[in-house]
Amino acid sequence: MAVDQSVNELFRPKAQKADGQIAQMRPSLTHFQQVTRKLVRNKLAMVGLTLIVLLIAMAIIGPHLVSYSYSDQSLLNANQEISSEHWFGTDELGRDMFSRTWYGAQISLIIGISAALIDLIIGVTVGGIAGYMAGRGKKGDRIDTIIMRLIEVLYGLPYLLVVIMLMVVMEPGIVTIIIALSATGWVGMARLVRGQILQLKNQEFIMAAQVLGAKFPRILLRHLIPNTIGVIIVNLTFTIPSAIFAESFLSFLGLGVQAPIASWGTMTNDALGVILTGDWWRLFFPALMISLTMFAFNVFGDGLQDALDPRIRE
Amino acid sequence: MSRYLLKRILMMVLTLWIIVTLTFSLMHMIPGDPFASESDQLPEQILLNLRAKYNLDEPLPMQYLLYLKSLVMLDLGPSIKSETRGVNDMIKDGFGSSALIGLQAIAVALFFGLLFGTIAALNRNTWIDYAAMVLAVLGIAVPSFIMAPLLINYLAIKWPLFPVATLTSWKHSVLPSLALAFGPLAIITRYMRTSMIDVMNQNYIRTAEAKGIPTFLIVVKHGIRNAILPIVTFMGPLIAGLLTGTFVVEKIFAVPGIGKYFVDGIFNRDYPVILGTTVFYSAILVLIIFLIDLAYMFIDPRIKLSSRGR
Repeated sequence: MAVDQSVNELFRPKAQKADGQIAQMRPSLTHFQQVTRKLVRNKLAMVGLTLIVLLIAMAIIGPHLVSYSYSDQSLLNANQEISSEHWFGTDELGRDMFSRTWYGAQISLIIGISAALIDLIIGVTVGGIAGYMAGRGKKGDRIDTIIMRLIEVLYGLPYLLVVIMLMVVMEPGIVTIIIALSATGWVGMARLVRGQILQLKNQEFIMAAQVLGAKFPRILLRHLIPNTIGVIIVNLTFTIPSAIFAESFLSFLGLGVQAPIASWGTMTNDALGVILTGDWWRLFFPALMISLTMFAFNVFGDGLQDALDPRIRE
Repeated sequence: MSRYLLKRILMMVLTLWIIVTLTFSLMHMIPGDPFASESDQLPEQILLNLRAKYNLDEPLPMQYLLYLKSLVMLDLGPSIKSETRGVNDMIKDGFGSSALIGLQAIAVALFFGLLFGTIAALNRNTWIDYAAMVLAVLGIAVPSFIMAPLLINYLAIKWPLFPVATLTSWKHSVLPSLALAFGPLAIITRYMRTSMIDVMNQNYIRTAEAKGIPTFLIVVKHGIRNAILPIVTFMGPLIAGLLTGTFVVEKIFAVPGIGKYFVDGIFNRDYPVILGTTVFYSAILVLIIFLIDLAYMFIDPRIKLSSRGR
């Protein structure tokens, strides 16, 4: 009894502040503030973000840093190695590779990022609805079945036929390429999200949300999608480079951007012909830029994924 | 369950029919026809006879019905550009080579992808993790059409370890398989790492650890089985695509596969070849997606695809 009393004496009420409130431990943060704080503290993610900003900035100002435009030909200066005159060398028509690389960055980044964003919006919505509806009564099953069969049809249709068709209907150009790429591109994202949601939706926390009376859009947006964010971000980081390469494949077949317009994809393609003659700079610079873009989006995506995951606390 | 299976098989036939119908309409909407390049050189009458031979003089709905009729008999029709060989022969001759290379590529990509992804996740933010991620970034940043010439240059010309061009022995299939495997390997590694990190943070893994189960068993029995789902989803179209050959790699390695018909058929407006390759690819795709839906339930018994269930 005596011991208890002496222990109790060690506890004293905390001195009250002048305004009568108990001192707050730390300021409460909104979800957005928490995410940005975690993201800023992640060094690798910040390296990625810096690289992305640099690449975009160079895409805008790069072509204007040299006196040559991307299409200026000078056959006397063909196939030159890198020098103080041509920082990235020249190609077989004597066009300045530095100017072409950054002009190509505009085309490739626009195509890659737009295609990825369109895939994200359509794919996540459609996949989310299909995954949530599957196994939810007769009507739910029917919605899932229709969406999934539609996805199979889109997968099965010859992609090239769709692209050529679009080229006939619309005028060739970047917008057409973006539409052609995302017309069939979103199905991968949709299948992936559906698969994840099938796995998640029978878990306890979803049941808890339903019992508490949450409606479908809230469950989908606040509970299911945040838990699939990892897979979604990984998919996005692949969509950007694969759109860049899909464009180069189309250009290879004569359906992409038309010469003399450059893109990283067409430049890598052109460089393949000279890969054995030792003109290394032709392949090196566009391939390096594609790799840097990939790297930047990957590490930034990883950081974003960690920052968005509420289970990983500081 | 049997009701569900029956329903799915009917759905597969329906899906294939829709794909055939859409492809048929799309290809006839595109300007040009199989004889466009010869129309200046050949006399009018010969062109008319040629068209009649391939039923191209019939009205479109009639052509469509004729095609469906022969499709039901599993006859994919003649190739207009190749006079002696039908589409069935083309697929019969080429599918073996394409499938061999595709299957090897899938096996390599799956095995190493799962391995690297798991190791990277378990050693998160160490040099092992970074090495695996550099590999993944390279694998995606270097597409197969750059990978293939590099492999030829180093593993066939500088160090003649493997022969290239054509497909006469198993050794010939190594380099094309590697060139194809690199991209999927990188993607699988990346997905596996992300989803493994997620799974290893779950409560049931903590429970297993608390029970004193060795780490290896936890990873194999609880970790991989739960983490593999995104990869299973991704494998469907990948397997179908690799089995039916790839245009670029088959062209570079001169593999006598079926990949080239998908592109050549469209550029030649060789209607039976376009439809035949599409039907063949779609049939494989639809079948594999069906198997994958079944695999979902097998891998994760919590998943219910049909509310009637089993």
